[in-house]
Amino acid sequence: MHALDAVLHGLAVAGEDPPQLLPAREQMAFTLGFHIILVPFGVALTTLMLIAHYRGLRHGDKDALLLAQRWSKVAAVLFAVGAITGTVLSFELGVLWPGLMGTYGSAFGFPFAIEGLFFFLEAIFVSIYIYGWKRLPGWAHFWSGVPVSLASIGGAAAVVAANSWMNQPGGITMRDGKVVAVEPAKVFFNGAFWGEAVHMLLAAYIVAGFAVASVYATGMLRGRRSRYHRTGFLIGFVTAACILPVQMLVGDTLARQVFNKEPAKFAAIELLPTTGAHVPETLGGVLIDGKVRYGLPIPDMASLLAGFTPSTTIKGLDAIPADVRPDDRLVSIVHLAFDVMIGTASALLALAVWFAWLWWRRRTVPDSPWFLRACAISGIVAVICLESGWIVTEVGRQPWTVVGHLLTRDAVTTQGNLWPLFGSVVVLYCAVGVAAVWVLRSMKRRWRDEGDDSVEVPYGPAPELAGARPGKKEQ
Amino acid sequence: MPDLIAAFLFIGVIAYSLLGGADFGAGFWDLTAGGAARGRGPRHLIDTSIGPVWEANHTWLIYCLVMLWTGFPTAFTAITTTLYLPLILAALGIMLRGAGFAFRKNSLRTPEQRLYGAAFALSSLLTPYSFGAIAGAIASGRVPTGGNGDALTSWNNPTSVLGGVLAVVVCAYLAAIYLHVAAHRSKEAEVARYFRSRALAAALVTGLVSVVGIFILHADAPRLFHQLSHRALALVILASLSGIAGIVLLRGARTDVLRQTAAAAVALIVCGWGVAQYPYLLGTHLTLGAAASPTATLKVLLGVACAAAVLILPSLVLLFRLAGRGRLDTG
Repeated sequence: MHALDAVLHGLAVAGEDPPQLLPAREQMAFTLGFHIILVPFGVALTTLMLIAHYRGLRHGDKDALLLAQRWSKVAAVLFAVGAITGTVLSFELGVLWPGLMGTYGSAFGFPFAIEGLFFFLEAIFVSIYIYGWKRLPGWAHFWSGVPVSLASIGGAAAVVAANSWMNQPGGITMRDGKVVAVEPAKVFFNGAFWGEAVHMLLAAYIVAGFAVASVYATGMLRGRRSRYHRTGFLIGFVTAACILPVQMLVGDTLARQVFNKEPAKFAAIELLPTTGAHVPETLGGVLIDGKVRYGLPIPDMASLLAGFTPSTTIKGLDAIPADVRPDDRLVSIVHLAFDVMIGTASALLALAVWFAWLWWRRRTVPDSPWFLRACAISGIVAVICLESGWIVTEVGRQPWTVVGHLLTRDAVTTQGNLWPLFGSVVVLYCAVGVAAVWVLRSMKRRWRDEGDDSVEVPYGPAPELAGARPGKKEQ
Repeated sequence: MPDLIAAFLFIGVIAYSLLGGADFGAGFWDLTAGGAARGRGPRHLIDTSIGPVWEANHTWLIYCLVMLWTGFPTAFTAITTTLYLPLILAALGIMLRGAGFAFRKNSLRTPEQRLYGAAFALSSLLTPYSFGAIAGAIASGRVPTGGNGDALTSWNNPTSVLGGVLAVVVCAYLAAIYLHVAAHRSKEAEVARYFRSRALAAALVTGLVSVVGIFILHADAPRLFHQLSHRALALVILASLSGIAGIVLLRGARTDVLRQTAAAAVALIVCGWGVAQYPYLLGTHLTLGAAASPTATLKVLLGVACAAAVLILPSLVLLFRLAGRGRLDTG
């Protein structure tokens, strides 16, 4: 009964919005959600690849070199898909959200220009690196990969600067609804920038690390336990596992910052209808008719976490003016997404602790089936964690696009009938996604058929051997 | 200041026309290369010569987009709310093309390669046509300052169709020249001849479309025609001379400055469009100054453009040199 009421109430609220708002938001959520999965591979897989590459060159480790070479090919495919989905996003910003770009483009557009600069460097050096395996000298080749890693970090930080500005906008002067003056440093390094940027970058390393580890854990489960597989697993897993505790600290700091600066988002995270002290931490649960239902409350915990004393007052949804208060469904989505983020992150942390304990006991890569099974799904769990984190920050900002300045319903295009566009985008992205997975799987099959020893190792074979291969041309 | 930013934006437009354009043109030749067996030689050359550079070339588009929306946000929204259909088509083309190309390289079986190849090739036509039509719409003043212009006629009109067709044939021309020179350099005589005859054909078609275009512009976009035949006349003449020089070089099978000549012809035409439209960003109603962002934003953009000149250009030169000297292996 309550659920039905909530839906009807939701429809009533949606009725006040222009009809194109829902498809526009769904399309943005879908395309951003798709693109964000590719980001960790652009940002962090390239670093993992360089770690392997360094090890390969420094210690003459052929397995590590082969890993680096293969990861670079995977990174190339995912980078290409990321580049095109990113391009689609920049088109969408204009086509779907003219109210945002027209009025605020001059303010928050330039972080994208900086991102463009980094992306340019990344695209250039990624090509040099990927195609340089056979004909560039070893260390020169290694160094051509370093700008890829650095530029991807800079680029991701610049995009997050634009996003965090929408959460905590600053550095602009408005007159008659127009931006008349901009303080670039205050726009870029806005209040939410450092927390969000560091959180996202660390997340990228965690996702890429666990994704790589899960590939090799799956291989090990199927009996492929060569040194090559163990090395691949270790580089991915150890990177992710070491960063995870740091991420927990950063996330905690970020949550406190949201508590101080973004009360509406924090109230949604804590599922808190009314302002008060001694606020419990509610696990699970939804908001229906302004009341918390089905949740498991831990007394005083939210207050304790936010202000270190149980008497800390937390602003509830009632502190938000009624006309810009997010409706129950949005609040429930934000709260549940936050729970999923914390839950999945804790599960991954437990896995890291499990690994550390096994390693400490036996000084070798753990190979018990249950541990490997857990590792095999850790990549997907990390992606879920990443997605839910973004849902918290994006949905948690609603109904604002730029908090305090621009409502989402005013940012959306006035062109109607966006559902067919959204439908085509979903079909197209699914096709590209399926094709990408298909191509990656066929690469994997090919590599496995070649065997780990017969395949040519970079800088390895004599030139005449390379020339003798069918389909390879002499320089 | 707005003029300076517009100049930097326009450098991006020219770079994208030349580099991105050649990549799209390669898709055109990929499409027309015939069956899997017959088209193997040209397709292999297309794969190896575009593989290492297409992503860098594509990035010029991102550069143009962010320069436009940050430097001239009102014009950006006017364009996106009016021309959303060709923009969506262009994005579709970019997506299928990038995915198709990246996937084809990594697939082994012919049917798969054929599928991705078709996606790459067909979308290579879609995107230049859409961008050409968009340019025609902007140049002929069909994008109102407040945006939300007519969703269909704004890009389905004589000037836009001219822009679209011209973009497709120019891309094919550039690509045929680039590929001809590339084949010549790697001493693949047969493929070089193959692209030489196609480059000649493309050059003639481009010239023909341009001549027809004069009459179309005269009837459909009188101001643009007037400016092209007055203020930008020198550029138009130089572009025609470069085009003719290209044909002469091709006929004489000379390749030393062929790429430069072809690039100059296209760059000069794009420049001519820019000069003809100046000081307006949209048709004859929105000036660069009126559309520009506050000065602080423009200064940041200027800084980004200078940083790009210092960081990107040497990197690009390095990439093209390595690719040109065969130091990048695409096998």
